[in-house]
Parts: sequence; C-alpha cells; structure tokens
Amino acid sequence: MSTSSESVLSASPAAVATGAPVRGTRLTLSGARLGRPGAPALDGVDLDIAPGEILTVVGPSGCGKSTLLRTLAGLLPPLAGEITQDGHPLNGPSADRALVFQEDALLPWRTLRANIELPLAIRGVPRAQRREQAQAWLERVGLGTQARQLPHRVSGGQRQRVQLARALAARPRAVLMDEPFGALDAQTRAGMQDLLVEVLHGTGATVVFVTHDVDEALFLGDRVALLGAGGLVAVRDVPRPRERGAHDDPARLALRRDVLTSLGT
Amino acid sequence: MRRYVLRVLSLAAALGLWQTLTSLNVDLWLRFSQFPTVTDVARAFAARLSGPDYWTDLTDSLTRILTGFLLAAVLGVATGVLVARSRLAEDLLGPLLEVIRPIPAIALVPVAILLFPSNEQGIVFITCAAAFFPVLVSTRHAVRDLAPTWEEAVRTMGGGRWRILGSVVLPGALPGVFGGLSVGIGVSWICVISAEMISGQYGVGYRTWQDYTVVDYPGVFVGMVTIGVLGWVTSTAVELLGRRLTRWLPRTAYAPDARPPRPARSVRSVRSAKPAPAAPGAVPGGPASEEARDEHLV
Repeated sequence: MSTSSESVLSASPAAVATGAPVRGTRLTLSGARLGRPGAPALDGVDLDIAPGEILTVVGPSGCGKSTLLRTLAGLLPPLAGEITQDGHPLNGPSADRALVFQEDALLPWRTLRANIELPLAIRGVPRAQRREQAQAWLERVGLGTQARQLPHRVSGGQRQRVQLARALAARPRAVLMDEPFGALDAQTRAGMQDLLVEVLHGTGATVVFVTHDVDEALFLGDRVALLGAGGLVAVRDVPRPRERGAHDDPARLALRRDVLTSLGT
Repeated sequence: MRRYVLRVLSLAAALGLWQTLTSLNVDLWLRFSQFPTVTDVARAFAARLSGPDYWTDLTDSLTRILTGFLLAAVLGVATGVLVARSRLAEDLLGPLLEVIRPIPAIALVPVAILLFPSNEQGIVFITCAAAFFPVLVSTRHAVRDLAPTWEEAVRTMGGGRWRILGSVVLPGALPGVFGGLSVGIGVSWICVISAEMISGQYGVGYRTWQDYTVVDYPGVFVGMVTIGVLGWVTSTAVELLGRRLTRWLPRTAYAPDARPPRPARSVRSVRSAKPAPAAPGAVPGGPASEEARDEHLV
C-alpha cells in the first residue's frame, strides 16, 4: 500500500501540471455492517467520502463512531457489505490511512522526534532525511525546540500535536482521527483545530474526524455525518466550513439546531 | 551523601554486633562460642585472597552463573513473547511450562546428571532453569499488558509483525522483563551455589562445602561473604542496566523519600551562596539531577 502512495507522490508534479492535484483517497462503504462478530455496532451504512474532503462524524457515545473509524483504518474487518478505497476492496491497515488516537498513542520510550521518524522509517526513508523531515514537522507544529523530549515530559496538547505530525509525516492519503482533541481543555482545543486546518492545507488528504463536540464538527467538516440508533442517520453539508466568523451564520445555526435535535440533546 | 553514611553505618553496626557476640563467647539460647569472630574471618579471607584457589573458584562460579543466566534471559524473553503473542504457542507450550515450573531447579540435579556429559554443563543447566521461569512469566505478563493503541498505531503506519515486535513489543515489555531478570539473577545464585555444593569441582559453593566438611568455620564464612558480595554486585549490574534501558519511564514517582531530604539539602547549599527565599530550593534539583541521582542509588 505504501508503494501506491509513493507512486502518487512521484507522479504528483505531473498531476499538478495537468491540473489534477488530488492525492486524497475516496473511501466508500456500501451496505456495511460494522462491529465485532456477534456485537454489530452499525448496520446498513452507505457512505461515500470524497477525495480531499473533511468529513466529521458525531453521535452519542457508544454509537459506533470509533468502530467506523477502526474499520476504515483496516483494523476491524466489516461483518457484511463492502468497503473500498478508490474502488479497491480495503483489506487490512496501511500507511495510506493514518490513524490519530484520543491520547497516549505515542511510544513513550521514543523522543518526540523519534516518534515522528517511525512512520518514515517504516516507509524506508533514509535516516538523515528522516531526521530532517521529522524536525521540519516538529517546527510546523511549534515544538521545534522540544525534539528530544520524551512524551511524558510535555503536556497533553503538545503530545496531540506530535501525534498529528506523526500521522501526517508519512504523507498518508487519508487521516482518520478518533476524538483527537477530546481530552484537551477548550482553549487548547480551539488552537489545535486551527493548527489542524493549517497543517492539512496543501496535503489534499481525505479526513474523517470523529468528535462528540458538535461545534467542533461544524467548524472542521465540509460535511457532517450523524450516527445513532445502530446506523447512519444523516449526512449534511456544512455551510462555510473552517471559518471562525461563521459560527453565527443563520444557515450554520439552523444546521447546529438540527444536529443537536437529532442527537437528542 | 547522608544516605551513604547510613548504609555504611548499618553494615558496620552488624559487624560490630557479630564481633561482640563472638569474642565474648555469648551463650544464651543462641550459642556464639563456636562461631568465628569477624577478625578470624577477616584473617582467613586475607589468606585466601593471596592463594590461587580463591580466584579460580570465583571465576568458575561467575562463568557458570553468567552463562546460565544469559541463556535463561534469551530463552525466557523469546518464549515469553511467543506464548503471549501466539495462541498456537500458548496451547502447545503452556501446559508443559506450567507443569515444569513448580519443580525447584535444584531438584533437577538428577536430570542434569542423566542428561549432560559433564558436571559443568549440568550446573549451567540448573542455573539456567532457575532463572528461566521468572523471566518467562514476567515477559509474558508485560507483553500482554502492552497498550493496544501502540500496536494499532504502528499497524496503521504500515508496519508488519517484525516492526511491531522490534518497535513496540520488545521496548514496551522491557520494564517487566527487567523485573523478571532481577528475580532471575537472585535465584540463579541460589541454584549455582547449591549445585556446586552437590556436584561441583571448584566454585565458591564447592569450596564453602569443603570447608564445612573439614570444620574450617572461618573458611565457610569467607565463602558466604563472597557469595553475598558477588550476588549483590551482579544484581546491582542487572538493576543498573535495567534503569539505563528504561530511562523513558516516568521515574519521579519511584524515589521513596525524595521529597523531604532534597529541599533541605538544596536550600542549605543555596543559603551559603546567598540568602535565598524558600522557592529556589526546588530549582537546583531539576529533572536532570533527579535522574542522575536515581542512577547511582540502587
């Protein structure tokens, strides 16, 4: 799978020249039943995630948000139905689809920089280049001076920034995020959302972002998917995504009301 | 510094008590009249040190224990990882290991005599068997307790099973593995000395038993002191190596009485330079020196 992403990488200058800079991936679920054998969490899911879009997923806790994400990551095979990536059936995890966890997914024995170097090492990037790229990513998330710190020596927000850098360093075509800012305080969270928008810019990666925070979902998502009652309830387009000033846009407010109603809060 | 003084004082007090009881031939319920005094033992020790046998015994015992222990470490970690990660391995090896585990390694002496052509290999086998199980059991637990997100993270980076083994399982299990190794080196000493007493030729255990049979009590004590010191040195070495390799663990919580003495000490050193308020007392003992202190106080 990593080979396919590399071939896309090497082809990208040509792609830009021909006006097709898309390197995100299309993820499609059709008639999918997801969950652990004997305990399906979601059934009859039909969802088409377009290349390069940011889809946020909201739903009450325990509704199967994480299950959906793990299935898309390839960690959990679907119980029924079909899941495809760019038309090919998806089998098993791959460097194409990076997963960002809520917390504590950094390897605690590796320094911040070594954590970011890991996916690059797996992709076979030579050591010197690996170091350089990891350092560049650390600068980008504002942790350039803390490259040699261990994860437990920095704050939770800083750890999540490193996780973001680690996920994006290997240039995946899709980034799957499982409530990545859920454990952070509101102030840090807003900063992280801005950072996410900033670092995603230009990567073209498809993003599936699970959250329980409706405002976060409406700020980040091009579309928002509502989960509940064992299935996908609705997928709605978000007006003016990723604009901080749009929070009092009437269309946005109406959507927010709808989403909250359907979540039953 | 103060802690070192306390440690030396405790040893000195024990020796002083020993010397008093034996030189006065105290004979209450415990009888110290036959017991060699500290000076007897020291004299015998000095005589041994200048003789050739002592050093041969020492190197023989060390060779045996290190060979057995290293074999046990490698086999124990490998088997532990295998059993924890593979259901097939668990089904195939699990019952066998559970049946063998309760047998004390020293009870394997007849097996060793039957199996191995020489005593030497038999002793190494027993030493290895003794350390193998603690290492196996703690490795198995440590591997099973690994956070699943670490493995999932590496899998979604495209890492295969060898990458997971090298980048997640082994480093993640290391703290637990070293717990097993610390226990293992201890039982290894017990078994190497016992095996030497039963069937050795040379070795500290063999010499100690010989001295006992010829009623050379100071010699017996020289043997015991030697075993004590060797055991302490080797387990300290294991401990230090473990700390060095698991430096990434958030260690501050471990230092049991780190809090009360440290502010006092650093405040005192600060005060000599300038009359500082109480707050800077915490600054000199920053994270770096804290770690350094942990390193040499085992």
